[in-house]
Amino acid sequence: MTAQRRPRRLLGGALIVALLLGVAAGCGDDGGDADDASDTTEASEEMSADVDPALEEAVATTYADLVFDSYDDAVSGAVDMQTAIDTFVAAPTDESLDAARQAWLDARDLYGPTEAFRFYDGPIDNPDDGPEGQINAWPMDEAYVDYVVDDPEAGIINDVEGYPEITADVLVSANEEGGETNISTGWHAIEFLLWGQDQSEDGPGDRPVTDYTDSPTAERRATYLQELTTLLISDLESVRDEWDPESGAYREDFLSDPHEAISKMMRGIGALSSGELAGERIAVAWETKDQEDEHSCFSDNTDADVRNNAAGIELVYLAGGAEDSLSALVASVSPELDQQIRDQLDETTAIIETYDAPFDQMILGDDEAPGRVALIDTVESLQAQGDLIALAATELGHEISLAI
Amino acid sequence: MGALLLVACNDAGDEEASTTTAPPADRTLSGGAATVHVDGAGAFEQPVPGLEGEDRRAFAVGNNFFNDNWVTAPASTEGRDGLGPTFNAQSCSSCHFRDGRAQPPEGPDDPERGLLLRLSVLDAAGDVVPHPVYGDQLQDRAIEGVPVEGAIRIEHTEVTGEYADGTPWSLLEPSYSIVDAAFGPIGDDVLISPRIAPFVFGVGLLEGIPADDITARADPDDANGDGISGRANMTIDPRTGDDALGRFGWKAQMATVEAQGASAFLGDIGITTPLSGPENCPPAQVDCMAAPSGGDPEIDELKLDRVTFYTRTLAVPARRAVGETDTDRGEVLFADLGCAGCHVPEATTGPADVPALDRQRITPYTDLLLHDMGEGLADGRPDGLATGSEWRTPPLWGIGLVETVSGHTRYMHDGRARDLEEAVLWHGGEAEAARRDYIDLSADDRQALLAFLGSL
Repeated sequence: MTAQRRPRRLLGGALIVALLLGVAAGCGDDGGDADDASDTTEASEEMSADVDPALEEAVATTYADLVFDSYDDAVSGAVDMQTAIDTFVAAPTDESLDAARQAWLDARDLYGPTEAFRFYDGPIDNPDDGPEGQINAWPMDEAYVDYVVDDPEAGIINDVEGYPEITADVLVSANEEGGETNISTGWHAIEFLLWGQDQSEDGPGDRPVTDYTDSPTAERRATYLQELTTLLISDLESVRDEWDPESGAYREDFLSDPHEAISKMMRGIGALSSGELAGERIAVAWETKDQEDEHSCFSDNTDADVRNNAAGIELVYLAGGAEDSLSALVASVSPELDQQIRDQLDETTAIIETYDAPFDQMILGDDEAPGRVALIDTVESLQAQGDLIALAATELGHEISLAI
Repeated sequence: MGALLLVACNDAGDEEASTTTAPPADRTLSGGAATVHVDGAGAFEQPVPGLEGEDRRAFAVGNNFFNDNWVTAPASTEGRDGLGPTFNAQSCSSCHFRDGRAQPPEGPDDPERGLLLRLSVLDAAGDVVPHPVYGDQLQDRAIEGVPVEGAIRIEHTEVTGEYADGTPWSLLEPSYSIVDAAFGPIGDDVLISPRIAPFVFGVGLLEGIPADDITARADPDDANGDGISGRANMTIDPRTGDDALGRFGWKAQMATVEAQGASAFLGDIGITTPLSGPENCPPAQVDCMAAPSGGDPEIDELKLDRVTFYTRTLAVPARRAVGETDTDRGEVLFADLGCAGCHVPEATTGPADVPALDRQRITPYTDLLLHDMGEGLADGRPDGLATGSEWRTPPLWGIGLVETVSGHTRYMHDGRARDLEEAVLWHGGEAEAARRDYIDLSADDRQALLAFLGSL
């Protein structure tokens, strides 16, 4: 990270700008050297003085609209999935199970891009009550939920005595009993109940439909699946509603300080790019070669997760092609840097498009294996992308951390 | 506008003036080249500057295994299963949230899990050994189907006093007991040592301080008569099997960052490592013994190496407010009161594989030695060579950012102090003279001392 101190905001906005201009012009000899700790406050604020506050506000507003629309799409996807799951539970067949799985995959495509809205303690993941852990917890604690190979009696589903009734409330409190609120709910718990453990070398999990027909705990499993889905939808709705253009409390707060809003936006995509996606989601599996050390390990959908996260970063930066984009804001202070970021986004996309095998196959082999080369190239492109976003943030007067 | 400009210029001028009379401007660089200028909620979770390529990846991988939950075995994610059977937390970050300090739980229902209890008894020969039924640590959580060992109960007694100027103060003295004990009464003869999860950054630098520099300060018999002894805890490096100076843990009972991490994996999360013995399942705990394992060991060499690398390369946050009048006056008082006798400001690290850790002048404010801290803080539970009233001097760098990062101001080994002022007042034993002098200070001077601590 560059050595930037957070600008102090003790005075009114307009006054600050005037004062900063004064400092820069009257006393500044700092030359913007980001590595010189003693000068960084002035250095960063000098640069931010060039940023048009009206453009900041427009960019932040466009973003807030986009966040709401994206979560609204994610909710719709989850509701469609719920329909398919209800149909499956009412009449479990191979066909209705396939349809439910497909609905999960489709819904994930809509959720994935929204991960670009994390990492700044917003509605999705603020440490007090953000539901991210309940929505997207990983790794999923399989044996806490249902039977696994070598332990046919495992899990809440098979523990009739300990959990006589399965409701969303029971699931939430059972989680808390074990520790964090994130071990047995969310997308990956649903995935586990649809696909089951992935025991195959080259394909996804293959949970038999009889788990929902002939098993002594078939009904409890179905209830668990439905309750998980209901909980997921209500969590997604709660996040979406915070961004509602009419009534969203967080949106109002977010837009009350457009300069700070820009900082959050950039922190979100920088941390997703360099920290979460490059680091947590790709580099870890690349290094460990643990075949199931991948986010959607039951369904083998991890390559799509990567694609969807990368798409989310691009969505935030380009604002889906809208005029008031982060790209336009960066270009307003440095057209060259904006071009560099766009090029890097393109490079990331191009690398991901070359993926031609499931993620858990790509990580295998020696370091010259095409899959491993593609993944390490992705890591490096995403890290470069994160560094460029941090640099752009500095140009816009922010200190952002890429750490997660 | 002219007046404003003048004010701004004068401020800058003051800073320059003060830095010419004091040590160089890099007084902000507490970790030398391993310092970052981040003072927000992410201040403790930054990599040291200059990590590239493989090192950057190793940091990311270590971060992941530090943050993510371990799950019940068996699981598809074979590299991440083996939680428990009994445990205190599911991940390192449950207690070291954002690599920061934990706080004690408010009550029995508080999900906060950063405080644990170490347990011992004296055997027939008078040696300190783990409790025969509950082991050497109370694990207050367990996987499905395995009984939880028990729960921590904390009761408080108020301790009051006043400063020389008549200002009253009040401290809460905690006492600990174990309730809901699953395997029968734990017994009155149990020795309990409460420990809070400390912040993590900077340990790579502390590990790099030459052992001779640390032991050179030891003065076990107080030969110099300054009231401060300072003893080294000696232990064994589990990697080499050799005797080694203890540096880490509240009683300096661990020799290396790796040993500390491996011990926490086993004791706190129930994850066996290449450096540790079997699961914490004393013979009486049959369900614990029978629970499935996540592999042998549950965290392998590669992952343990990455987590160790990650913790070693967490950067130290830079000081703030250096050069401000109060802060600098507080720094002088800190030395005058004798605080710096144990919280030794400076150290120099030896050669290291990571450039940012290599031969750095640092200001951790610790001598890494054991000191008798008096009856008020004593846990009565010896740990290696450390007696029941000795504690290792903890580093003070970054303490001023605990509130920003962790959202609380709880200090000392069990988080009993509710702010830095209480932390000072809790000192006793070898620090009793310094504490008395602090009580005699004027309110202004006390404030200056706290301002200095807050700038670290």
